[in-house]
Amino acid sequence: MSHKRLWAWMALMAVVAIVLAACGTQQPQAQPTTAPAPTEAPAAQPTAAPAPTEAPAAQPTAAPAPTEAPAAQPGGKLTILYWQAVTTLNPHLATGTKDFDGATVILEPLARYNQDDELVPFLAAEIPTVENGGVAQDGTSVTWKIKPGLKWSDGTDFTIDDIIFTWQYCADPATACTTKAAFDPIGNIEKIDDTTLKITWKEPTADPYIAFVGPFGMILQKKQFENCIGAAASTSAECQAANLAPIGTNAWKLRELRPGDTVIYERNPFFRDADKVFFDEVEIKGGGDATSAARAVCETGEVDFAWNLQIPKAVLEPILASGKCDAIAGGSFGVERIVVNFANPDPALGDKRSEPDQPHPFLTDPAVRRAISLAIDRKAIAEQLYGPTGEPTCNILVVPAAVNSPNTTCERDVAEANRILDEAGWVRNGPVREKNGVKLIVSFQTSINTLRQGEQAIIKSNLAEIGIQVNVKAIDAAVFFGGDAGNPDTLNKFYADLQMYTNGPSSADPQQYLQGWICAEVASSANQWNGSNDGRYCNPEYDALFEQLKVELDPVRRAQLAIQMNDLLVNDGAVIPLINRRTPNAKLKNLEGPTFNTFDSSIWNIATWRRVP
Amino acid sequence: MLQYIIRRILIAIPTLLIISFVIFAVLSLAPGDPLAQFALNPAIPESTRELIRIQFGLDQPWPIRYVRWLTSLLRGDWGFSFGTRGPVIDLIWQRLPQTLIVVGSAYLIAVLLAIPIGIISAVKQYSLFDNVATFFAFVGFSVPSFFTGLLLMLVFAINLQWFPIVYNTTLKVVDWDTFVQQARQMALPVTVLVVQQTAALTRFMRSSMLDNLNLDYVRTARAKGLSDRMVVLRHVLVNSLIPVVTLIALGIPTIFAGAIITENLFRVNGLGALLITSINNSDTPVVMALTFIFAILTVLFNLIADILYGVLDPRVRYS
Repeated sequence: MSHKRLWAWMALMAVVAIVLAACGTQQPQAQPTTAPAPTEAPAAQPTAAPAPTEAPAAQPTAAPAPTEAPAAQPGGKLTILYWQAVTTLNPHLATGTKDFDGATVILEPLARYNQDDELVPFLAAEIPTVENGGVAQDGTSVTWKIKPGLKWSDGTDFTIDDIIFTWQYCADPATACTTKAAFDPIGNIEKIDDTTLKITWKEPTADPYIAFVGPFGMILQKKQFENCIGAAASTSAECQAANLAPIGTNAWKLRELRPGDTVIYERNPFFRDADKVFFDEVEIKGGGDATSAARAVCETGEVDFAWNLQIPKAVLEPILASGKCDAIAGGSFGVERIVVNFANPDPALGDKRSEPDQPHPFLTDPAVRRAISLAIDRKAIAEQLYGPTGEPTCNILVVPAAVNSPNTTCERDVAEANRILDEAGWVRNGPVREKNGVKLIVSFQTSINTLRQGEQAIIKSNLAEIGIQVNVKAIDAAVFFGGDAGNPDTLNKFYADLQMYTNGPSSADPQQYLQGWICAEVASSANQWNGSNDGRYCNPEYDALFEQLKVELDPVRRAQLAIQMNDLLVNDGAVIPLINRRTPNAKLKNLEGPTFNTFDSSIWNIATWRRVP
Repeated sequence: MLQYIIRRILIAIPTLLIISFVIFAVLSLAPGDPLAQFALNPAIPESTRELIRIQFGLDQPWPIRYVRWLTSLLRGDWGFSFGTRGPVIDLIWQRLPQTLIVVGSAYLIAVLLAIPIGIISAVKQYSLFDNVATFFAFVGFSVPSFFTGLLLMLVFAINLQWFPIVYNTTLKVVDWDTFVQQARQMALPVTVLVVQQTAALTRFMRSSMLDNLNLDYVRTARAKGLSDRMVVLRHVLVNSLIPVVTLIALGIPTIFAGAIITENLFRVNGLGALLITSINNSDTPVVMALTFIFAILTVLFNLIADILYGVLDPRVRYS
C-alpha cells in the first residue's frame, strides 16, 4: 500500500515540478539556433589545426566567404508576426491596419511618411511643395511627378492612368472603399505628360498630401481592376480574385495568400531597386495574441518582427528584458483621454437623454472639469499600468511634434482641486460634494480591457479624494466602439458623465482630427449619433479658430492655430488627456530597418530592411 | 431500416431550417460592425462606413437578409466574406486541412489511448494504474485548454525551446526534414487536445466496461473456463464498445468545428480560429456558413450514430 502511495506522490510531484518550471524564469539561453555565424565558424577551424605561424589565417578566409565586412549575405526570409491576420490585399477594401500593412509589401503610394512625420517619395520623383511649384499657392491643386521607367510586377509599365484609375475606383460610392475620404476632395486629375499629373481639388485645401500618400493612397493597376468599379469590386469573381492578389510596384509580389492566416511574398524582379532588396521572401503570419507574439521575437527568436505589442507592463517588461530583441516605439499611437459629457445623460430624461439641448447639471461648470483634471494622477497610471507603452500627456494633440503644445501643464494638485471646488460652492456633505441639491456623483464608462479597468480604479480613488464619487462601468469593446444606433452603450450616445478611450489624428495634418470638437459635429439623435463630437462640446471661440484653420494655407500658421485649439480644449476641460500611448513593435537585434511610424504603416520602409550580423 | 433513414432525413430538414434561422437572428441582433476597428478613425468617417454597410446589405432588416441568405444558399452560394471580399466557401476549404490534421489526429490519438486505458482501469479497478489514470483524467477534465496550452508553451516552447510557438500552415511535407518539422509544430496543440479528449473517453470506456464485467454472461464465460484475456477482449470489450462507438461518432463533428482556443493559442488558424475571428469582426456570412455546416454535420452524425447503434447492438431494431 505504501508502495502505491509513493508512486502516486511521485506522479503528483512531477506535475508540480512542471508547473514550477513554467513559472520560474530561468533562462536556459539555448544555443543561438538561427545565427548562421559566418565569421565565427572559420575562426574556430584554424585553431583546431596545429597550425604553423600565420599561413592558415589566409587559408580559411579564402574558403568561407566574407572577409572583413561581416555583412550578412542578402537573401533568406523575413518573418513578420501580427496578432491580427491579413484578410485582403486590396488596401482600399481593408477592414483593419493589418490589411493596409499586408498590401504595403506589394503596393505603393506616391509618398509615405517616415518616423519623423516627414514625407518620403516612393513612386513620386520628389515631394511637391509651394517652393518647387508643385503645390499651387492658392491651395487649389497639386502637381506630382513620378519616377520614370516604373514597372508593375507583371512587367507592364506603370502610368499616370493607373493613378487616375485608382481615384475613379474609390470615388464610386458603390465600390465601398474604406479609403474613400482620402479621394473625396479630388475634383479632377489630369495627365500633363507621361510622368506628370495634376490634381485639382474641389475646394482649396491646406493639405495637398491627402490623396495618394500613406496607407490610404496605394495605387492599383488599372489593367487588373478595370472591371471592378462599383459593386463588382466585391461580388464579381474576377475582382474577388484581384482583391486577394493585386499586382504591385513594391519590392515583392505575392506568392501565396491564405486570408486570415499567412501571406508569403517573393521578389519582384521588376522593382526599381531590385538589387538593393535584401530578403528573397517575406512572410506575414497572423493570429494568436500579442503576448506570445512578443515571446516569439524576444524569447524564442522564431520571427523577426512582431507588430503592436499591446501588453500590460508587468508582462511586457520581462519579455523585452530577455535581450534578443529591441522594442521600437516613438511618436504616438493616440492619446488616451477622458471625454466629458456636456449633455445630461440622466435616464429620467428618456428620449432627451444626452441630447445637446439638455445641459449637464454639473459638468458644464468649468470648476468641476478643472478639478477633475487636476486630481487625476497621470504619473501613477503611466508608471503602474503602461510602463514602456505610454507616458503622461497634457495635450490632446501630440503629433506631429510641431503641433505638440508646450503651453499646457497637468501636474497633480489635489489641494488646488479641492480649493477650486470649494470656491465654486461645491461643499462636502459626507464623502460627496454637493451644491443646490446636485451631488457630484459621476458615471464613468469605457471598454472592457484590463488596462482600462486599472485606469478606472486609479481615477475612481483620485476623484474620491476631492469629493467626487465615481461609478465605473465597462462595456464590451464591440458594443462600445460599434456605433450601433440601436444600442444604448455606444461611445457615440455616451449615456454616462465621463468616458475613456484612445484616439489620435490619422494624418500629419490635424484638421480632420480637430473637427471632432466643433459645434456642427455634436452627436445627437438628429444625426443618428454620428457626429464625431461625442462630448457635445460647443464653444464659439473654438469654432472660430477652426474656421481660420480651414482657410489657412501657411503651414507655420496652421501649426500655431492647432496648438491654440489644443490649448483651448485642454484649459477649458473640454476633454481630459491622460496618456500618450506608444504601443511598441519588436524586432530581432539582427534585423535593421524597422522604425516607429505614427502616420503610416509600421512596415512602411520594408524594402530597405536588412539582416546584420 | 431504409424507411427509418428517410424519415430521419426528412425530419432533419425543418430542424436545420430552424437552426439556421436562430443563428441568423442571434447574429443580426448582436452588436458589431465589420469596420469597428476604424470606429474612431477620422480618416474613415461614419459616412464611409455607412456606405460599406449598404454594400454589404446590412441596411436591410434582418428577416429580409435571412431570406436572401437562404435563397442564395439554395443556389449553392454561401456569399462573400466581409473581411476578404472573396467567397466564403474558399475560405473554409483553405482552413479545413489544418483543422483536420491537428484536431483530427488529436481525436484519433485520444481514441487510441482512451480505449486501452479504459479497459485496464476497469479490469484492474482501484489499482495503482487505475488511480493514476483517474487522476490524469480529472486533470484533463478540469484544467481548461487555455491553461494547459499556455503551460506547455511556456515549458516546452519558451524555456526548453523544443517546439516552435508559431505554427506554419504553409509548410508542405515533402521529405523527412519537413515531416519532423510538421511533427514538432503539431506536438503541443495536439497534446493539449489529447489530454482533454482522452480524459472524457477514458472515463466513459471504464464505466462501460465496469457495467459489463459484473453481468451474468461474463460469469458464464468464466465458468466455461475461458481465459481471462478471452473473456475481457472477446466478450466484455465488444459489448462495452457499443455506447463508446456512438459517443465517438457523435464527437466527429466537433473535429470540423475546430478547437477555437487551442487553434488560436498556437496560431494553427484552422476553422476554429476562423470562426472566432469572424465573430469578432462581425463577418456574418462566414459565421453563418461555419455554424450551419457544423449543424448539418451534427445532425448527420447523430443519424450515423443511431444507425451504428442498431448495427452493433442486435437488441436495437429500427422499423
